[in-house]
Amino acid sequence: MHVVLAVTAVIFSLAAAGAIIRIARGPSLLDRVLAADVLLAILGGALCVDMAVNRHLNNLMLVVAISIIGFIGSVTVARFVADRRVKPNES
Amino acid sequence: MNPDFSGPDAWIDTLSAVFMVVGAIMSLGAAIGLLRFPDLLSRMHAATKPQVLGLFLLLAAIGLQLRTWWVWPVLAVAWIFQLLTVPVSAHMVGRAGYRTKHLHRELLTADELEAVVQKAAAEAALKDDPGGGR
Repeated sequence: MHVVLAVTAVIFSLAAAGAIIRIARGPSLLDRVLAADVLLAILGGALCVDMAVNRHLNNLMLVVAISIIGFIGSVTVARFVADRRVKPNES
Repeated sequence: MNPDFSGPDAWIDTLSAVFMVVGAIMSLGAAIGLLRFPDLLSRMHAATKPQVLGLFLLLAAIGLQLRTWWVWPVLAVAWIFQLLTVPVSAHMVGRAGYRTKHLHRELLTADELEAVVQKAAAEAALKDDPGGGR
């Protein structure tokens, strides 16, 4: 089971690095929001793997709270982008 | 992990290990898709992999590892909550991306929203014309 923990740790680290690179150089704000959402999903997945390997349920509310934070953040930023960058003369 | 596969215990461990590794590979695939896809809408396609299927596999691995029946409703509630919130936020991000034109129009095979947008713009122009201002 510790082999699985090491393998998933390496994979999650590479995935988080990719998401952070996309946050750093994403061409628009919406790309950064999407990459931040993926980074939160990766964090929740890492918490799930910790719970499964060590056989406890302490982080389950944290996983649900992370999904709430990702939802509220994405919706809020999408609303602000839609309000700020709309142009009245373009169809 | 113990090497003897006589009882169901080692099989359950192996199945949950496979679930964990595949769920981790889902998020790696999302990161690769974020880095390599050209525009916002195709990146949104890649970003949904760890949010739905990856979380399902990891929660199933938790349920298999704990070996009690009462954790499955709790895990199902967590997964259903994720299923309810992810499409709403993806809809908002996709609509904002369409409005601010963060898409490569030559990559689309069908644009069903364009006719609606043109019709709304025509109606707005017709309403603006005689009155002048809304």
